[in-house]
Amino acid sequence: MADTDTGSFKIEEEMNSRRRFLIAATTVAGGIASAAVATPFLLSMMPSERAKAAGAPVEVDISKLEPGILLMVEWRGKVVWILKRTSEMLATLKVLEPELADPDSEREQQPDYAKNETRSIVPEILVVEGLCTHLGCSPVYRSEIAPADLGSDWIGGFFCPCHGSKFDYAGRVYKSVPAPTNLFVPPHVYLSDTRLLIGSESKETA
Amino acid sequence: MSKPLNSMIGWIDKRFPLTSNWKAHLTEYYAPKNFNFWYYFGSLAMLVLVNQLLTGIFLTMSYKPDAGMAFASVEYIMRDVEFGWLIRYMHSTGASMFFVVVYLHMFRGMMYGSYQKPRELLWLVGMGIFFILMSLAFTGYILPWGQMSYWGAQVIISMFGAIPVIGDSLSYFILGDFTLSDAALNRFFAYHVVTLPVLLVTLVLVHILALHEVGSNNPDGIEIKENKDPVTKIPVDGIPFHPYYTVKDIFGVIVFLIVFCGIIFFAPEFGGYFLEHNNFIPADTLKTPDHIAPVWYFTPYYSMLRAVTVNFLWIDAKLWGVILMAAAVVIFAFLPWLDRSPVKSIRYKGPIFKFAMAMFVISFFVLGWLGMKSPTPLYTTLAQIFTVIYFAFFLLMPWYSKIDKTKPEPKRVKK
Repeated sequence: MADTDTGSFKIEEEMNSRRRFLIAATTVAGGIASAAVATPFLLSMMPSERAKAAGAPVEVDISKLEPGILLMVEWRGKVVWILKRTSEMLATLKVLEPELADPDSEREQQPDYAKNETRSIVPEILVVEGLCTHLGCSPVYRSEIAPADLGSDWIGGFFCPCHGSKFDYAGRVYKSVPAPTNLFVPPHVYLSDTRLLIGSESKETA
Repeated sequence: MSKPLNSMIGWIDKRFPLTSNWKAHLTEYYAPKNFNFWYYFGSLAMLVLVNQLLTGIFLTMSYKPDAGMAFASVEYIMRDVEFGWLIRYMHSTGASMFFVVVYLHMFRGMMYGSYQKPRELLWLVGMGIFFILMSLAFTGYILPWGQMSYWGAQVIISMFGAIPVIGDSLSYFILGDFTLSDAALNRFFAYHVVTLPVLLVTLVLVHILALHEVGSNNPDGIEIKENKDPVTKIPVDGIPFHPYYTVKDIFGVIVFLIVFCGIIFFAPEFGGYFLEHNNFIPADTLKTPDHIAPVWYFTPYYSMLRAVTVNFLWIDAKLWGVILMAAAVVIFAFLPWLDRSPVKSIRYKGPIFKFAMAMFVISFFVLGWLGMKSPTPLYTTLAQIFTVIYFAFFLLMPWYSKIDKTKPEPKRVKK
C-alpha cells in the first residue's frame, strides 16, 4: 500500500509540475498574443500620415513690419510671433537679466544660431513660438510700462494670463513663475532681408 | 397580484433570478433607519447619470465631432433643432449638478467615516467613479470647440507633456497629432460618448453591489448587521429600502428637479459658472482668452496646479504643479488608511478632527474661488497657503485622528 501511495504521489507531483509549466507557457503565449493584437489599435492613435505631412515650412514677408508691432503666424497649428524690437526694447534685455531664470539660454529651447544675447539671427527681430512653456497658453504681448495689474517693475515683455508666467522681449522666462523654460525659438532662416522662412533651416528646400 | 402576472413572474424566476434580486436589492435590503439629509445624494447622482445618458444620446444625433463644424453644430442644436436648447441645457446643467451631488455625496462619506472598514473597497470604487466623471466632464467640455474648450484642453494636455522622457510622445499619442486639432476632438468625442459612459455605468453597478454586500453606513456609524433580531435575522435598526427609502428619495428627487428646472429655464449659463462666456467664441488657435479658468468644479485643483512657482528637488515647478494637482484628487482614495480614529462618525470624533475637517472645507472653497481669478502675487500666495492646508488635512490625519479625544459610539440607533 505504502509503495503505491508514494508512486501515485510521485505521478501527481510530476503532473503538477507539467501542469504548472503548461499554465505558465499558455499565459506567456496568451500575453504575447494580446500585446500583438493591442499594437495596431495603439499605433492607430499616433499622429496619422496626414498629420505628419502637415508640418510644411511657412514663408513670411516682414518688409512691412513696424517696430513694436507683434506679427502672429501659424506654423504646424502653433502660433509663432515675429516682433521687430525697438532699441528701447533691446535695452531692457540687459536690465532684466538678474530677474531671469535662464538669461544665457543654456537650456535647449532654441537652435544654436539663436543662442545669443537677443535670441535671434537679426538682433532686432525676435522669432519665437507664442506658447507658454508652462501649459501651452498663448501669452499676451504687454509693451506698456508699469501697468496696474503687472506692477511698477514691469518694463515690457510677455505675460501669460493663464498662470501668471512672465517673459522678456527675448522670450526669456522670469524667475519664480510657473513656466520652467524660455519660449521656444523654432527653426527659421532668412531667405532675403525681408523674407523669413519658419520651420526650415536651409534656403534650398524653400 | 393578479394570477396571470404571478404565473408569468414564476415562469421568469425559474429562468432568471428576478424576484430574488428584487428582494436582495430593494424590498429586503435593510438600510439603517437613521438616514438624514446627506443620504439623498447617492440616488440623486443616479438620477443625474440617467439624465446625462438620455440627453447625451439625443445631442449626438445633431452634433458633429469635426473641428470645422463642431461649434456651428452646437449653435444649430441651440437654434434650429426642435427643443435642442432644452436638451442641451439639460445636459450642460446636468454636468455641473453631477459634481454638486457627487461632491456632497463624497463629503457625506468623509463626515460619517463611510470609507472605514469594511467599506474601503466601496470607497475605492466610488473614487474610480469620481475619476471617470472628471474625464467625462473634461472630454465633454472640449466638444463645443469654443475658446475655453480649446485652451482648457491645451492646458490639460500640456500637463502630460510635463512628464519627463515620455511626455512628448505621450501627448502626441493622446492628441493623434502634434498639436491640439481635429484628430483630438474626434477621439475625445469617442471617449465621451462610448468608452467613458460604459465604464461609468459599469462602475456604478459595482458600487451598488459593493454597498449591498457590506450594507450602508449611517450618521451614527453603527454597524446595524451586528444587532439582528434572533428570530427574523433582520437588523433591528434596519428598514427595507423599498418602500421606505424609495419614498424618501422620491421627495429628494422632486426638490432636486425644482432646482434643476429653475437653473435650466432661468439661468442655464449660471452667470458663466456652468457655461463660460468665452466658450461662446469659436476656438482660435492663435489667441488665448485674456482670462482662462476651468468650470467651477475643477477650480480647486486648478489653483493647486498654478500655485507651485519654485523648482524643488531637481523637479521643475511645472511638473510639481501637475503632481500636486493629481495628488489632490488621488489622495481621497487613501482616506480609509489615513483615518486611524476608533470611531466612524464625526458625531463621536473629537475637536481636532472637527477643526481639521472645517479647515479642509474652507481650503476647498478658497482654492475653488482662487481658481476662477486671474493670478496676482497675493492670490498665488493665498493659493500656496491653502494648498498646504488642503494636504495637511490628509497627510497629518494618521496622527491627529489617533490622538484625538473621541466619544464612545452607541451600540444602537438613538430614539
